[in-house]
Amino acid sequence: MIEARNLTKTFKDKKRGVITAVNDVSFTCRPGQIYGLLGANGAGKTTTLRLLATLLQPTSGSARLAGFDAATEANQVRAHVGFLAASTALYGRLTAREMITYFGRLNGLADATIKERLNRLAAELDMRDFLDRRCDKFSTGMKQKTSIARTLIHDPAVMIFDEPTLGLDVMTARSIVKFVRDCRNRGKTVIYSTHVMSEVEKICDVIGIIHDGRLVTEGTLAELRQRFGETDMEEIFVKAVGGEAALVAALKN
Amino acid sequence: MNWQNILTVYLKELKDSLRDRRTLISMIVVPTLIMPIIMFGVGTVISKVMQQAQSETVSVMLLGGADSPGVVAALKADKKFRLVPAAADYQQLISDKQVRVAVELPAGFEASLTGGGVQTVSLYYYAGELKSGFGLKAVQDFFTSLKEKTIETRLAERGLSAAVIKPFVIRKQNVAPPEKVGGNAIGGFIPYLIIILCFTGAMYPAMDLTAGEKERGTMETLLCSPVHRINIVMGKFLMVLTASLTTVLFSIVSMGVSAALGVMYFGGKATSQSATSAMVGQAAEGGSIPLIDPVGLIGVAALVLPVAVFFAALLLAISLFAKSYKEAQSYISPLIVVVIMPAVIGMLPGVELNAKLALVPILNLSLVCKEMLSGVWHWDYIALIFGSSCVYAAIALGFAVKMFNREDVMFRA
Repeated sequence: MIEARNLTKTFKDKKRGVITAVNDVSFTCRPGQIYGLLGANGAGKTTTLRLLATLLQPTSGSARLAGFDAATEANQVRAHVGFLAASTALYGRLTAREMITYFGRLNGLADATIKERLNRLAAELDMRDFLDRRCDKFSTGMKQKTSIARTLIHDPAVMIFDEPTLGLDVMTARSIVKFVRDCRNRGKTVIYSTHVMSEVEKICDVIGIIHDGRLVTEGTLAELRQRFGETDMEEIFVKAVGGEAALVAALKN
Repeated sequence: MNWQNILTVYLKELKDSLRDRRTLISMIVVPTLIMPIIMFGVGTVISKVMQQAQSETVSVMLLGGADSPGVVAALKADKKFRLVPAAADYQQLISDKQVRVAVELPAGFEASLTGGGVQTVSLYYYAGELKSGFGLKAVQDFFTSLKEKTIETRLAERGLSAAVIKPFVIRKQNVAPPEKVGGNAIGGFIPYLIIILCFTGAMYPAMDLTAGEKERGTMETLLCSPVHRINIVMGKFLMVLTASLTTVLFSIVSMGVSAALGVMYFGGKATSQSATSAMVGQAAEGGSIPLIDPVGLIGVAALVLPVAVFFAALLLAISLFAKSYKEAQSYISPLIVVVIMPAVIGMLPGVELNAKLALVPILNLSLVCKEMLSGVWHWDYIALIFGSSCVYAAIALGFAVKMFNREDVMFRA
């Protein structure tokens, strides 16, 4: 379960003054659901997810993940969250096994547990061939699989994906999408950010459209189609953010 | 703080760093090789060049001297000199290094030796040019000996003994024990080297473990783990400290081995020309590698520790601010000068430890090491230096932890 309540995050920028990256955002993601956070670049997706993962502290508002408060029980939140982003890379000089074991240990798992889970994950993700090779020699697909195993080693109840398919080839992207669905089917709470409309249509149970730091609309695909009188996700998105002019203006900032 | 987590982070960073060629080079290869290279490489070259310059015959141009056949013949007979014909552009020839020294004998020089008038022999040379300097000395020796002979002759003519112009002689006697000489001479150099290596050893891993991780995107991965940030800082800090101390350890061991081999290689009196002597200055006049008080080395090690902590924490905090490895380099590189300056000042003769200087970081270490290595133990200063270094180290470590907890530093856009 993820409950975001009035999350706001401001940054100070020397040139532009105070920037509100996330503005009064509230939403709820339930176990067994994929919540899709859809927004253009710079809309505030990454900041929102970093707030949830306790990498950043909100300026105001609060969030509860897996029953823990992000502000006061940050370590507990991180212990129950798996965070996968384009910006969470692997240690190139470690092997996949060492990488995953390291994060198992950081999560306080016993070596025997790590070994058992690692073997299971390696089988599921088909990564036995490269488990003992160094990560800097990996293909993108191998890297993504290792990252996924890293996020899952502590069996978190909440999964946060920040544009996980960004820059990936079709096959790797498909395997990620399949994996995200698997997480939902196992009853995990999943939040998934993207700017790719088709992905949202395909996998998200609930869609939140974020624009200029604000959550402008929220609902299932059917609800959104009805609300905006459009069937195409892209058209829904443009209408939700207030037309193309608003989108262009936001991107200029 | 959770020691289990700190250990986990530390062991991972250690493994990671040991697989990194650049860290290995800065931590092990450079400190191991730097001393033998300085002592044997540079030393051998310098002593070879010096020997060659000294053994070469000196090309001397004689200006005038047509009416002094005796002196000219004596110069010609001396195997050290090779007389070249006089030329008008002798100054240019000396500048061009074709002639090392020109000697101008005044008219009637030889006659005046018996006659009694004061004459001037002019020697032309090129100051700062090694070979010309040697040539000058050889020619000077020749004329000094001629002068002495002339004096003796004149005294004898007047029936006086040579003792008339030699009322007494001066005898110098060194009372300092060998390790004191060594301490003073290399006591300044060893701490200098240790301080520099302590800093450079920490430099690379500090940048790699912070800015490097940000650049490669692994920092965010690491921050996703439930480990409290203070444990991450401590684990990384211990790795940087390990690298720094390993660098120092390798350099000290290498220094000891090089010194021992140096004694064997250069032998007793040959040392006076070796690099060892160039390095240790007056100590080598004794003709051997100066002894160092081993207890002094233990003292140095004890006082280096808080300074290494200070460097490691400070470098970690500063490079953490950088977004990329390159940016970190541009912050850190100028600091080398800041570190070298007090280390060099400490090496200067005459700068002595006092209560005020004992509070100046780095300089205090440099000065106290010089004392300890020469067997002087000012316990009050040592306590003051250890104490102040620990305070500086704690402040730097606190600064590093603070930086790790600042999200505008960790996620600088």
